[in-house]
Amino acid sequence: QDIRNTVGNIPMEWYQDFPHIGYNLEGKKIYKPIRNKDELDMFLEKMENPDYWRTVQDKMTGADIKLTDEQVDLVHRLQRGQFGDVHFNPYEPAVDFFTHEVMIHPVTNRPADKRSFIPSLIEKEKVSKLVHAIKMGWIKPRKPKDDTPTYYDLWAHEDPNSILGRHKMHVPAPKMKLPGHEESYNPPPEYLLSEEEKLAWEQQEPAERKLNFVPQQYRCLRAVPAYSRFIHERFERCLDLYLCPRQRPAWVWLTACLSQVNVDPEDLIPKLPKPRDLQPFPTTQALVYRGHTSLVRCLSISPSGQWLVSGKDSPPRPRHSGHAGHCWPGPTSLGGAVPGPGPGPGPPQHATICLVAICVEQSVLLVNPCLGDKLLYGATDQLLESYVAPEEERVQPVQWVTATMEEHGRGVRLVVQHSKAVKQVTWHGKGDYFASVVSDNSNMQVLIHQTSKRWSQNPFRKSKGLVQCVLFHPIRPYFFVATQRYVRVYNLLKQELTKKLMTNCKWVSSMAIHPGGDNIICGSYDSKLAWFDLDLSTRPYQLLRHHKKALRSVAFHKHYPLFASGSDDGTVIVCHGMVYNDLLQNPLLVPVKVLKGHVLTLDLGVLDVLFHPTQPWVFSSGADGTVRLYT
Amino acid sequence: GSATNYITRNRARKKLQLSLPDFRRLCILKGIYPHEPKHKKKVNKGSTAARTFYLLKDIKFLLHEPIVNKFREYKVFVRKLRKAYGKSEWSTVDRLKDNKPSYKLDHIVKERYPTFIDALRDLDDALSMCFLFSTFPRTGKCHVQTIQLCRRLAVEFLNYVIASRSLRKVFLSIKGIYYQAEVLGQPVTWITPYTFAHDHPTDVDYRVMATFTEFYTTLLGFVNFRLYQSLNLLYPPKINGQADTELKPAEGKEYAMDSESYLEKLSALSASLARVVAPTHEDEVEMDEFPVEGETAEQMDARKKEQEALEKHKKLFEGLRFFLNREVPREPLAFIIRCFGGQVSWDKSLCISATYDVSDPSITHQIVDRPRVEQQVVGRYYLQPQWVFDSVNAKLCLPVADYFPGVLLPPHLSPFVTEQEGDYVPPEKLKLLAMQRGENPDEESEEEEDEEEEEEEDDNDKEEGEEEEEESEKEEEMKLKKMEEQKTQSNKALPVKVTAGKLRLEDKQRLEQEQQSEEKRLAIMMMKKREKYLYKKIMFGKKRKVREANKLAAKRKAHDTAVKEEKKKSK
Repeated sequence: QDIRNTVGNIPMEWYQDFPHIGYNLEGKKIYKPIRNKDELDMFLEKMENPDYWRTVQDKMTGADIKLTDEQVDLVHRLQRGQFGDVHFNPYEPAVDFFTHEVMIHPVTNRPADKRSFIPSLIEKEKVSKLVHAIKMGWIKPRKPKDDTPTYYDLWAHEDPNSILGRHKMHVPAPKMKLPGHEESYNPPPEYLLSEEEKLAWEQQEPAERKLNFVPQQYRCLRAVPAYSRFIHERFERCLDLYLCPRQRPAWVWLTACLSQVNVDPEDLIPKLPKPRDLQPFPTTQALVYRGHTSLVRCLSISPSGQWLVSGKDSPPRPRHSGHAGHCWPGPTSLGGAVPGPGPGPGPPQHATICLVAICVEQSVLLVNPCLGDKLLYGATDQLLESYVAPEEERVQPVQWVTATMEEHGRGVRLVVQHSKAVKQVTWHGKGDYFASVVSDNSNMQVLIHQTSKRWSQNPFRKSKGLVQCVLFHPIRPYFFVATQRYVRVYNLLKQELTKKLMTNCKWVSSMAIHPGGDNIICGSYDSKLAWFDLDLSTRPYQLLRHHKKALRSVAFHKHYPLFASGSDDGTVIVCHGMVYNDLLQNPLLVPVKVLKGHVLTLDLGVLDVLFHPTQPWVFSSGADGTVRLYT
Repeated sequence: GSATNYITRNRARKKLQLSLPDFRRLCILKGIYPHEPKHKKKVNKGSTAARTFYLLKDIKFLLHEPIVNKFREYKVFVRKLRKAYGKSEWSTVDRLKDNKPSYKLDHIVKERYPTFIDALRDLDDALSMCFLFSTFPRTGKCHVQTIQLCRRLAVEFLNYVIASRSLRKVFLSIKGIYYQAEVLGQPVTWITPYTFAHDHPTDVDYRVMATFTEFYTTLLGFVNFRLYQSLNLLYPPKINGQADTELKPAEGKEYAMDSESYLEKLSALSASLARVVAPTHEDEVEMDEFPVEGETAEQMDARKKEQEALEKHKKLFEGLRFFLNREVPREPLAFIIRCFGGQVSWDKSLCISATYDVSDPSITHQIVDRPRVEQQVVGRYYLQPQWVFDSVNAKLCLPVADYFPGVLLPPHLSPFVTEQEGDYVPPEKLKLLAMQRGENPDEESEEEEDEEEEEEEDDNDKEEGEEEEEESEKEEEMKLKKMEEQKTQSNKALPVKVTAGKLRLEDKQRLEQEQQSEEKRLAIMMMKKREKYLYKKIMFGKKRKVREANKLAAKRKAHDTAVKEEKKKSK
């Protein structure tokens, strides 16, 4: 046969993607014959060409070949299972090719071996060896294997020593949950799921479902079908047994929590002294002072407890008209509220001098309210007027300005003009000094002023962060500066840092000191109240999370063991905070009353709290424009 | 520290030089499970990725396991066999197959359960698994021998339970039938599937299950042996009558299991088993009572009473003769009835060793599960199978009227639920409890229902009370507000009107309650964070429970009213 294509006997699909189908004898490519017949042409050809049925494609050349009659015949024969050759007869008579005639001579004349007549010695040896081995019992017939396991008394001798540490440390797997009523084939009707519940069940993730099946009711036992997930459940149990990490519960309560058997939740509640035994403390709202139209930012009270100053947070009204604000008599003789303008009036008066410091924007006004004892406020005026200017002018961070006549008539005596807005003022116990906090980032944040000498100083050389509030120690020459996260205690005499208290809060909002001077409370915007015992540690002795929102202010009572905190959730919480003289005994903190009353406005609740100096009463000012007295 | 105590799975595998499937098998057989370290980050080298940790001690313990060597031998065996097959060396194949390495798990059982009680405690899963495997078809999935062994062990265990009469609770659930037996003081619970063909799921790894079963069959065999011994029964079990006839030891048939028909006879559960020592007409000697120190007479009385109740429960069906119809699941019912001393028989065509015929006049109960029965025989009750289950759970033979064929059955309750205070109790359960106390349920049922309703209402009240506590603060606030308003009004309208003050009766109790609740609230404020969290969680759980109970009660009420209305309509 003339083979033009030299690729050999290979699957021709390999050349499917090429334009050629192989190589000829010279090594040139043989190109596929151009086939541009589409299906329609094929069909027409099928219909028209009478020889279509005998046309095949030669895979080697790609050409169409019409089979001849002989070839067709061959195909037919092969299909029928006959021999290809027409002339081959498979049924020819058999010819005995081996001789059927008996010949007289043998084909070979070799005589038979001797060994074919006698038994083999080697075989005999082998057999006798085996016989001997069998006789000696070395070879035994193969035993049929017994697959059935044998059991015996495994625990016949229980040895207490065999209980090892392993067994004691073993965490047994929890048993499968026992079925409840809802798993019954005929449960009470209330355990069947309603349509909505069924829908909800189907939409839940399989892991979230409370039941891993849908309760169903069958009329009788014969109607109950097989449970399709039975094997699944056993399998999951197996997986749990060998894959699920187990943990020895270290915390006893955790197990109790899981089992909910052993722990009575009431036991968890700490035993505290009854608030009834810790009286007196304010319990009910006695008075509401109205008069402010917007937030009452701060409060202050005279040492006698007879006069109350409240400052409101408003778009700065001209100070004069502000002061022209009347002192209207309250329902009792106790208080008269003076609406102080400005972002934050600061408190205090002293026993011998009678002054109110009010901060208005960038200045602090020292106002003599001219209330109460005439001798007292007269003496104050005298003290202020006795100032003699020093010969040489000293450089001061602020400007001291004497009030004009008009202002003088309204009670203003001195104006301390700062360079920036003043946030807070606080008085020293003696009444001569006061400190102001300026909203500034530099070292000029805190300034200490002396009223009688009209001179101010800047105690810090470096800024240690945003100062939130400052405080004088009631007895000793200490000065507390609260930045966002720390409270620093400075000794004013030695001019050094004595302590740095970590508040564990994010942002301190306010601070108050126990009249004894050894304990400090700090309120913070992350709704925590930290109680520090200065002798104990620089970390809080206790962190109270009573409020639900940011704390705005905290206060101590001067005589009673009480402290209060006001917060944005509109409540004032009064706590009993007993400090013992015995240094070994830790303070006792017990919340005694939650005082409510303030209405939330602008998401602000109570802005300032203040104790009455002598009575167990507490004032609170709120964002709803009221000041409330609780007795 | 903690980092050196733990080892990840891959490292453990490398240390043991095992492939993952072998490691898995080893862990299953030896009962090694991963541990959750307390400080995951420390152990995990600072990463928080999810990883399984094993205790290093456990892995070291596995190092000395002889079975590990057997695993390796088996691997070699498989390799050789494959080679021999490939070379068509059939004699080698035969030889290799004869010497197939096999291992025993006896020592592992002993090691994992040093005392018998330990083994009993872990029997739940073993039993459930054996019962499941014994229902598998004998094709594919797992070895036929395993299935046969499981069946044999399961039947042996059932026979033990019958002989010791230790079955306590049964429950027909939609998943299968739960049984609880008390074996030597340990509660053992297992579940059997309903006898239908399984449609084998594809997403289940049967190798894992087979490995578990391998261990469980070994465990169960030894436990069975010990249990039979404790009752003086022959092990492997022999049926009583037969034991008499062929007591000749020369028979050489040590194993009763040799013939399959024997297993079938045994699994028919109708004959009692032979004892090693003929029962010495026991009638147990009255136990002398030694008062335990620190136990009051009351406690002793209670214990005695409990004991008596238990004895009574064990003889629940004594003297009754049951006949099981063909449509009733034979094995569970025969098992339960025999466990409580009843006699049971069934149709001859159903199973071998039926002891008496349907026509036997001494039959007292016939268990039927078809809508109605033609040709009823006088002198026996025709009952649905649920009666047997409910009676066992109620520990008394329940009135039969509710369980006649074709009658709407009362709900089947789970005996595993013990309602604590505050839980929802279905009314049927209340009825049952009353019956157990010995009250006549029919007369009081209605009253009780009323009581229940009242109780439910009480529950509601309680909840409301809780809510009230919360609301009381709000109320106070409201009062304050009102007072304020009044004051401001009075300020505005100065001409004050003085009206006669109403005498408000201050409820002293209420005041006190309020005060107490406030004290509690304040005390809660002072709780430590951790405790507060726990407390809140517990309280939340309690509240949820109450909520669920109320929901169920409401559902029930709605259902009952609906049923009543339907009844009225039909009238």
